[in-house]
Parts: sequence; C-alpha cells; structure tokens
Amino acid sequence: MEYLYFGAKGWGDELFFAVLMTIAVSIAAMAIGILFSFIFTPLKLSKFFFLRLIANSYTTFVRGIPELLIIYLFFFGGSASLMFVAKLFGYNGYIEINAFITGAFAIGIISGAYSTEVFRGAVQSLDKGQFEASKVLGLKKPVYFFKIILPQILRLAIPNLNNVWQITLKDTSLISVTGLVEIMRQSYIAAGSTRDPLFFYSLAAVLYLVLTIVSLKFFNKIEKKYKVGY
Amino acid sequence: MKKLKNIFISLSLLFFLSFETAYSDNIKIGTEGAYPPWNAKDSAGNLVGFEIDLAKELCKIAKYECTIVEQDWDGMIPALVMRKFDVIMAGMSITEERLKAINFSQGYADEVASFAVMKGSSLENIETPETLSLSKKSAIVKKTLKTLSEALDGKTIGVQTGTIFQNFLESGDVGNVKVKVYKTQDEVNLDLASGRIDASLAAAVAHADYAEKSKKPVTLIGPILSGGIFGNGVGIGTRKANNSEIGKRDAKILKDFNNAINKARQKGVISKLAIKHFGFDASM
Amino acid sequence: MDLELMLTSLPKLLYASLVTLKLLASSLIVGLILAVFFSIMRISKNRFLFYLSYIFSNLFRGTPLLVQIFIIYYGFGQIEYLRSTIFWVIFKEPFGCAMLALSLNTAAYTSEILRSAFETIKIGYIEAGQSLGLSKGTIFFKIKVPIAIHQSLSAYGNEIILLMKGTALASTVTLMDITGVAKNIISTSFKPIEVFIVAGSIYLCLTFLIQYFIKIAENKFKINV
Repeated sequence: MEYLYFGAKGWGDELFFAVLMTIAVSIAAMAIGILFSFIFTPLKLSKFFFLRLIANSYTTFVRGIPELLIIYLFFFGGSASLMFVAKLFGYNGYIEINAFITGAFAIGIISGAYSTEVFRGAVQSLDKGQFEASKVLGLKKPVYFFKIILPQILRLAIPNLNNVWQITLKDTSLISVTGLVEIMRQSYIAAGSTRDPLFFYSLAAVLYLVLTIVSLKFFNKIEKKYKVGY
Repeated sequence: MKKLKNIFISLSLLFFLSFETAYSDNIKIGTEGAYPPWNAKDSAGNLVGFEIDLAKELCKIAKYECTIVEQDWDGMIPALVMRKFDVIMAGMSITEERLKAINFSQGYADEVASFAVMKGSSLENIETPETLSLSKKSAIVKKTLKTLSEALDGKTIGVQTGTIFQNFLESGDVGNVKVKVYKTQDEVNLDLASGRIDASLAAAVAHADYAEKSKKPVTLIGPILSGGIFGNGVGIGTRKANNSEIGKRDAKILKDFNNAINKARQKGVISKLAIKHFGFDASM
Repeated sequence: MDLELMLTSLPKLLYASLVTLKLLASSLIVGLILAVFFSIMRISKNRFLFYLSYIFSNLFRGTPLLVQIFIIYYGFGQIEYLRSTIFWVIFKEPFGCAMLALSLNTAAYTSEILRSAFETIKIGYIEAGQSLGLSKGTIFFKIKVPIAIHQSLSAYGNEIILLMKGTALASTVTLMDITGVAKNIISTSFKPIEVFIVAGSIYLCLTFLIQYFIKIAENKFKINV
C-alpha cells in the first residue's frame, strides 16, 4: 500500500494527476465528437446523395476500423499530415501539436462517429407533428428549433450519449501508446518501475470503474431532468 | 446560445494556441527514459541516467539551453523527423540502416550486447569466447555463430522493437530462433522473469541493471557481442541537413555537438560518467 | 503515395489476418458459451448467482479492454504460483491471454444482450404457450430461445464487430495480428498513411463480411410475428 503515498516516494500523486488527465481528455474528445456530429448528422439526413455519402463513409470507416489503428495513424502521421495540409495553404513552417490535442482529436473523431449515429436516430424518431404545430403557431425557425425541437432531440439522445461517453472514456486508455500520461500510461510506468504490474493494472481497473460508475449516476440525473413532463 | 458561442471560441483558441514554433537556441533532446542505465526515470518521475548527465555536460560546453523530452522508443526517429525535438540521445547505436534516415554525431559510448537467461536455464552452459566482434568475418566469428545457432535453435528470444538486437536475431546469423518483439526493454524483462521467453538479447549493461534492481537471478550467457550489425557505438541522432533554414540549423547543431563530445572526451568527462553509471569505462 | 510499399505489405497483412480471424473466432465461441451461462445466472432467482453475474458483467463492461488484457498477460504472468499449474499453458502465450481477455469481455456484453432479449419477450407468447399446456422446458426451448435469438441478432452483430476491433489490442502484448504487423511495417518504413490504408481496408472488408453474414442469419431466423 506504500505505493499509494503522495509525494516523492509514492505513486499516489502521479496517479491522481493521471485521473485528472483521463477526465480532461475524455471531456475534450467527447466535445470534439459532438462538434463533429453537429456537422455530420445534418449531412447524413440531407437530400443530396453526395453529402450523405460523405457522412456515411465517415461513420462506416471510423466504426469499422480498430481504434488502435486510428490512433497509430495520428501518432505516427499526425504532425506530418497536418504539416502537409498546412503546406497546401502556403505555411512552410514547423508545426508541433502536443500529445493532448493529438489524443483528444483521435478519440474525438471516433467518438464523433458514434455521436452522429445517436443524433441521427434521435432526429429520425422525432414526432413530425412538432414541426407542424410550431409552424401553425407562427414561430420562427430559430425560435422553434432551440425551444422545442432541440430539447426533444436531447431527451431522445441523452441515454445513448451516455453509452458514447462510456466508450469514449474507455478508449482514452488507448492514447497511452502515444505517451500521454493518463491512467493507463501512468500505471504502465509505475508497473515497470516497481515491477508489480498486477497491483497497478488492477488499480487502473478500479479507477476506471469508479469513473464509469460516477458518470452513470451523473447521466441518470440529467436523463431524469430531461424526462420531465413525459 | 451565447454560452455555446463562448465555449466554441475558447475551444478554438485553445486549439490554435497549441501550435508552437520553435526557432531558438533552445535545443530539445529526445530520450526514452526507460532504458537504464543509459536513460531512466527515478521514482519521483525525473529523468536520470548516463545520457541525462552527459547531455547536461555537452550542453554546457556547447553553450546551448537544453530541455530533455521523453519519447517512446518506437516513435523516436519519426518524432525527430517531425521536429518534436532536435536531437536524439537514447542509447541509439549508429547503424547503416538508421543513417539512411538520420545523421549521427561521432560515437560517445560503446553499447555491447549479450544474451541473458534466468538461472537454471538449459542455455547456461554454452561454450563461447568471452567477447566477439562481428566487424570481421573471421573463422572464430563463424564458429561462435554456429555454436550459438545450435544452442538457440527453436528457442524464443525477446528483444525491444526497432533495435540492433532485433536486427541481429532476424538476420539469420543465429539460425532458427523465434523472435518476440516488445515495446520496451521492461516488457522483455518481465516476460524473461515469468518464463514466457527462453532468453533476451539486449545491452549487457541493461541486463546487469535489471538483475541488480529486480534481484532476480538473471545471468549473461554467450559472448559479449559488438561490431558489425551491432553498429559502431552510440551517438547523438540529428536530422539530415539540407539547404533550408532548419536544415542549416540542424547542421550547426551536429557540428557543435561533435565539438562538445571531443572536448568532453579530452576532459575525461565521458569516462567519469561512464564509470559512474556503467561501472566501467564504456566511453569511446 | 508509396504504392510499392502498399503492395509489399499486403501479403504480410493478409497473412496476419489469419491470426486476427483465429483470435476472433475462438473468443467469439468461448464468449458466447460463457454469455449463455452468465445470462442464465442473471435471470435466476438465486441471489448469489444473480450478484455474481451482475458483478462480472459490470466489471468487464466498466473497464477498458486494454486494462483487462494487461492484467491477464502481465499481472497474472507475475504470479509465480501460476507457472507451476496446468493453466500456465494458456497464460504463457499472448494468444491464450488475449483470447481469455476477449472472451470474458465479449461474454459480459453478450450476456447483457441476451438478458435484455429474454426480458423483452412479449408476455403474450409465453401465455399462449402456457395456455396450450406446454411444459416449462418446451416453452423455454421452442418459444423463448428462438424469439430471443431473433431479437438479439442485430445487437449481437454489432458486438461481433466490436470484438473484431478489440482483437487489435492483442498487438500490445506481442501478438502479431494485422495491427501488430502494421505497426511493425510503419516503424521501419516511416510511412504510416500507406500502411494504414491497406490495414484499414482489410478490417473494413472483415466488417462488411460480418455484416453480410448477420443479414443472412437474420433472414434465416425470421419469425413471422
């Protein structure tokens, strides 16, 4: 148990910061994913075949290829790809992106594919009557979108977003291969240094479990709040 | 809506602020931090080891301000090329294969290799000369390689990925061996101790360090190997020079570090550090 | 775009896909058998069995697969006692450890799918069976099971694809599957994009194959409801 002391001798403080890092990357990735779904869900539901094709390719690729492979692509090719894109715009300088952004972006793209599906399902299950009623009441588009449609989309989407969050949270463990110090990586370092992998990896499992359970309680609360009136 | 807009703006700002440009006399040195006694981390998380101390000395001599950056071994050369740091000091041997991708300074220390097994292994009694240099294909080299091939036939040997040790085993010089490739030397050691592999091939000092720190009965077997496919010592890796501004800066860094190594060698600094970390003078 | 590299890596990656398929198939079968046991435990009236399967399911679904693989491969490998038992045969090889981790993981998710499939069977069908005087066993095997299979097929198809993606993690414990070989090629050639395209395409083909087989299965198990 002396492994867990805070301070120079123990790993307690490093693990504490690792947990914070995991939470930070997960939130960042989830946010990036939702931003992606704001772009791709409308594309998926669009009238134009080509736009639908783009969105469908995105979700099919990302959900059909292992996350680890996608992370390796970003890790080994990320800066190079970004610099390649920047060169097209005439920027010949040196771009360095830190590990946090790379990791959050990689997981964010994956999370986004799942979020896109969630929002698509939510929008498609909306009652068409809501649109008609809003039009009859003479409400303007931005007004009825934000006050009537959006809350209903959220109500339908939140239980599934909980699932996406759980997946995102667990996928952050894969960023450990790029060197970002989150829970998995810190356990890996500690296990190597103390040569006690069983203790530290079991501890990592417990930490993830705690995060999962706390998130579940949090999402249940939000779900209840959005279910008011139903 | 305003809240969303604010969040969006701050996120985009964060995103763009994370881009850095670095043209300065600040040199970033990349190291693995998981290869004792060359480079490692102590329990407080600080980087320590032979190369950490040597880097500080060389930077003092070359009058550079240096920061040491950690990087996983398997991404070491791509990270250098992508300019995550400016030089590599990570126990990386100078080999022809690597010279295709990057430049090296002169060697500053020798990295000799050896096989290691757990005490009680059937491989403990191989009869070979104490040392073997593969730079010349002499009769002794051929005979020793044959002895090794016969002893190791069909055995499973663990190595770290992307190392000269992996190259040696896969070259066929030791015949038919099953090579298991791991991400770090630590993982090789773990599997050696648990019996998943019959032997491990790595730097002799790495085995010694593991034996000492883990108190496990690890013994070296066979000859101490050097030369040939094992490269010509450990050097500082730099990017290949070209005529761009960055390329010229890289060339200057290489020249300055070569000069610094010469001065450090004259002052006996390298020998002193080598004895401190390796227990013997491994300097070149 | 280095087409030559893509062509030379293709045979190596295809050969590695045999390893991936072997891992996928064995984990799937063992996982399914375990899942059936666990879901039966879950719907049983016995409190002990109920909690056992509840804990198992949440433990394996609430922690990342990578952690599970590392615990089984490195954690259990550390236990000296284990090396003297007969189980060492499984734990010694990365394939055995990966298969164990993947089977347990998929068993947890699959048992949830089966459980929810059983619990959402329309009670009308069961009552119909009871009114016909069928025995409990007959109701179970001839009514509940086919309906449950039909209801869980699409969710299970998803789970198979998730399992296939999970096999990629076995590369972190030295198993040379598609991802392991891909990473090897990337680290020696420094051309991640080309290798990614080839490896990713192989995985996509596998995904489409799995989805195709699930469609066929769905047609076979169609019940006229």
